[in-house]
Amino acid sequence: MALIELRDISKIYVSGDTELAALRDVNLQIEAGEFVAVTGSSGSGKSTLMNIIGCLDQPTHGTYHLAGQAVAGLDRGQLATIRNHFIGFVFQSFNLLARTTALENVELPLIYARVPPAERRKRALEALDRVGLADRKSHTSSQLSGGQQQRVAIARALVTRPPLILADEPTGNLDTKTSESVMTLLSDLRKSGITVAFVTHETDIAAYAERLLVLRDGQIVRDERTPADKERS
Amino acid sequence: MISITETTRLGFRALLRNKTRAFLTALGIIIGVAAVICMVAIGEGAKSRIQNMLEATGTNVLIVLSGSTSQGGMRGGFGSQPTLTWEDLRAIQNEAPSVRAAAPLSRMTTPVISETATWTTTVHGTTPEYFDIRDWKIATGVGLTQADEGGATRNAVIGKTVAEKLFGENVDPIGQAIRIRESPYIIVGMLEEKGQSGMGSDQDDAVFVPMTTFGARIQGGLGKFIRGQIYLSAISPQATDAVEQEVTRLLREKHRIPDGEEDDFSVRSIAEMAGALSATTTTLSTLLASIALVSLIVGGIGVMNIMLVSVTERTREIGIRLAVGAQPGDILAQFLVEALTLAAIGGIIGVALGVGAGKLLSAQFGWSLVVRPDIVVLALVVSGLVGVIFGLYPARKAARLDPIEALRYE
Repeated sequence: MALIELRDISKIYVSGDTELAALRDVNLQIEAGEFVAVTGSSGSGKSTLMNIIGCLDQPTHGTYHLAGQAVAGLDRGQLATIRNHFIGFVFQSFNLLARTTALENVELPLIYARVPPAERRKRALEALDRVGLADRKSHTSSQLSGGQQQRVAIARALVTRPPLILADEPTGNLDTKTSESVMTLLSDLRKSGITVAFVTHETDIAAYAERLLVLRDGQIVRDERTPADKERS
Repeated sequence: MISITETTRLGFRALLRNKTRAFLTALGIIIGVAAVICMVAIGEGAKSRIQNMLEATGTNVLIVLSGSTSQGGMRGGFGSQPTLTWEDLRAIQNEAPSVRAAAPLSRMTTPVISETATWTTTVHGTTPEYFDIRDWKIATGVGLTQADEGGATRNAVIGKTVAEKLFGENVDPIGQAIRIRESPYIIVGMLEEKGQSGMGSDQDDAVFVPMTTFGARIQGGLGKFIRGQIYLSAISPQATDAVEQEVTRLLREKHRIPDGEEDDFSVRSIAEMAGALSATTTTLSTLLASIALVSLIVGGIGVMNIMLVSVTERTREIGIRLAVGAQPGDILAQFLVEALTLAAIGGIIGVALGVGAGKLLSAQFGWSLVVRPDIVVLALVVSGLVGVIFGLYPARKAARLDPIEALRYE
């Protein structure tokens, strides 16, 4: 069974009399353990696709199964539970809480998972350690560099031990060198069995993935294995 | 929903980040709660003072006032035109079975001079029955007697305040001479301390002389009419209504008032006057409390306003929380607890301030203030409710945010 299974997914935005289809009849399967890059020009629907996969948004038409569970038609609370248990997010602009320490930022999803404080702290420290920032746990977001902030965000994404991590332009705000380190980190996650999907418009970043999806006008126009995949096999 | 401690911790942290703003917002609640407590305390104080007056004056005391003037449609108050005669007084004393005692009381504010001091006070002319009616005992010396009355002697009885003003504290005034309007008097007795009246005047600031003497030497002749009031006591507190009826019938007869015409006098019982006063006080304190309550509600609107600002400012934070899996209920609780904490802190400080201000007012101005514990609890509960009610709208707004929109918010 595929981890992600999209069938005839459409997302239509209505503004006034005009309808704009951000996604049109998208069919997609992603197996557990895949490392997928989604690219496409701006407005091609890649962010919308990520939001729907991430259960932040609901499709207008079509069905979506995440780990066998039908997602369409769930209410806000149920979607929040799925996001909390199954998905870790990494954003272009990091989206860490301001004036809050790295450790507390990483603890955040665990608070909403109702994990008791002591265990929460332990797991958050483990996650920070995994991204190599255990020594920065008491630093607030503004005291960290962009690369460090993104690594804290990755720690936050993986602290709930989700099967899926989604990243929307994770290197968009980073220089080349830090981008590399962040992508290496994501590749490492993939090696530990977590499914990783990310959006990017940079070909060299997309090259880290083993599978490449190209979107245009709301449709997947290419779906191919990358050299990285061939290297692996 | 995540645990209460977690939510409270979040609320406190958010408030501590904007200490000045939190304090200014809480100030609205603080002032509202303090005002409610203080206003109710003032109202209750006034009520208890009236109660004290009622007990001090005696529940079976009535006052007969002479009639009102009626000139060209203008009516003066009761007492503006003397209509009560000495004959009326004798009739009340002899013919009204429910009256235990009756005494005339005339007043004149005038300087009283001792060897060492001058003090302007109220000189009263009355008969010995008055002290019995008022249940007012002599502390030292003797009281006025019927012999004083008959002989129009220049003996005087004084209150404690007058004694202190004329002779100094702890000086025995008995046997001392004073002058009132050029005539010398000998002080024969000092009255027990009576304290403030229900209207706030010092009842011990008084000099009493025989009615006959007062008429002749102070008022310039007794005349036919009593220039003042008649004090009555009923045979029992239950008999005051009977006294009122008997005296009214008797005086209408004496004054030959035809049926259907108004009385040219009025009979009032102290209990009745206290009742009217206490009704006025209740109205007034309800009014004060309502105004205070309005300020509490305005404080609540302040809380709502700042919470709305806070929700807008923290849209992105809300988006992040929603994205990592916060339930809409968690977000609702977070903001609701924040508003509630703000209101509760305001409420607690407000209670302290209200009680403190009450204490200060009573110490500074001698007002009697009664802080009712139930009002304190009520004020706290109301401020909590204000927090919940006015926090609900912003909190719901936060909980209903779309995570994608919220994350995009700059």
